[in-house]
Amino acid sequence: MSQSGPAIEISALNKWFGDYHALRDIDLQVEHGERIVVCGPSGSGKSTLIRCVNSLETHDSGTIRVDGLEMRDAASVAKVRAEVGMVFQQFNLFPHLTILQNLTLGPTKARGLSQKEAERKAMAYLERVQIPDQAHKRPKELSGGQQQRVAIARSLCMEPKIMLFDEPTSALDPEMIAEVLDVILDLANDGMTMIVVTHEMGFARKAADRMIFMDHGAIVETGTPDVFFDAPKSERCRTFLSQILHH
Amino acid sequence: MILIAACLVLAGCGSTGNWGWYVINPSTEQGMNNIRFLLNGFGATILLSVIAAALSMTIGLVVALPGMSSNRWVRMPSRIYIEFVRAIPLLPMLFWVFYGLPVVLKSMGISVSIDAFWGAIITLAISDSAFTAEIYRSGIQSIAKGQHEAAKTIGLNYRQTMRYVILPQAIRRILPPLANQFIYIVKMSAFASVIGMQELTRRANELVVTEYRPLEIYTLLIFEYLVLVLIISFFVRWLERKMGADESK
Ligand SMILES: Nc1ncnc2c1ncn2[C@@H]1O[C@H](COP(=O)(O)OP(=O)(O)O)[C@@H](O)[C@H]1O
Ligand SMILES: [Mg+2]
Repeated sequence: MSQSGPAIEISALNKWFGDYHALRDIDLQVEHGERIVVCGPSGSGKSTLIRCVNSLETHDSGTIRVDGLEMRDAASVAKVRAEVGMVFQQFNLFPHLTILQNLTLGPTKARGLSQKEAERKAMAYLERVQIPDQAHKRPKELSGGQQQRVAIARSLCMEPKIMLFDEPTSALDPEMIAEVLDVILDLANDGMTMIVVTHEMGFARKAADRMIFMDHGAIVETGTPDVFFDAPKSERCRTFLSQILHH
Repeated sequence: MILIAACLVLAGCGSTGNWGWYVINPSTEQGMNNIRFLLNGFGATILLSVIAAALSMTIGLVVALPGMSSNRWVRMPSRIYIEFVRAIPLLPMLFWVFYGLPVVLKSMGISVSIDAFWGAIITLAISDSAFTAEIYRSGIQSIAKGQHEAAKTIGLNYRQTMRYVILPQAIRRILPPLANQFIYIVKMSAFASVIGMQELTRRANELVVTEYRPLEIYTLLIFEYLVLVLIISFFVRWLERKMGADESK
């Protein structure tokens, strides 16, 4: 796979859910190491867009290339998924496994790592998200913030080149939001390529290289955080920003 | 049920009129022999039910998995099988398997004889598998979509996702109704008597023919099934409690 081209290249992407036009002519190029924050009203297609990137949703027209590889068949989808990590709003940890088992499942079964090797790696990432002492507990015994940090560590264990975050703090109690955002910020500072869907605008200012505002399935506005927050061009984006910043 | 049965027994002991408990009176040698003859059917009934249930659970899984595909052409054979099998009454199917299937197989060049034991097992297993398939399906579909998606994003393929993520969680919801379904097999196994299988019901029938005391012998027969089913019921309750406790942990 090429390192020279963009990390993600989306062009003329369209997606329908039945009659509903969920994504309209999306063009988006993400460079290696670039950090993108996506915002927009609920139902505007943010989740659908990032879920298309790792083929959790299929698209109807247009192309998606990840690291130069176009997703067509099962083989290319598997290759792309190996490069892309994803963190969900609802954590989606495996409740019947311990934290450590949650982290070692992918590396041992999908990558063929030895149990020992996988555990060593898992512990290293649990250190990184600052919960190594919870390794032998079940997800239900952890707070929401801790669970989301485990979910991030689980993705990192697969050594992805790109990380997708779908509203990673929306299901959390307010006091736990910061601990999760700190972990994501830490990854951003480390140079991880990422697309983060979030309404945490303080985080966006600190982490984003580029902001994207979506509405009704289309990218309406995009720009660096400075320009985006201080001088939004479109009326819809201005209205949206004033709503989430002043509540 | 137990109360009604107890009333029957009391009525029988009280009046000497229509009841003749002597056929199964354990204090006489004849009665004891008869009881032994009847109880000996337990082995066959249990063996028949256990093997049929194991087969049904296997067939059910094989039918259920493609039945959940998003591709309707993969899904279709599974739906047809379930609808078809569910529609056939057990007794005609039993006759067909026992008398008809060997003929069909022979015309295909396969020469096997199907005895009463295997004829009953095949029929019970197929008939029950439509229900076990539905139990698997609802159990597996009760696992949130996010679990499948998380498994995909860490690189697991379909088989690995089922084996390590979905089935271990679904099993808690599948096992209790599956054990419950075992009761159905035990009761339906009585039909095996009509093709000559020496299980509980067959033995009761044979004794009735020689002793001509249907009331007492069939009363005992019902008690035999009652005991068997109640034991399984207790096990199912225990399983439900255990699985429920696991779930809320
Ligand atoms: N599986 C689906 N089936 C039908 N409609 C869907 C499905 N997923 C999302 N949608 C619709 O597509 C639109 C965009 O959804 P989504 O991408 O989740 O929005 P966002 O993440 O911005 O809130 C919404 O109107 C939603 O109802
Ligand atoms: Mg969303």
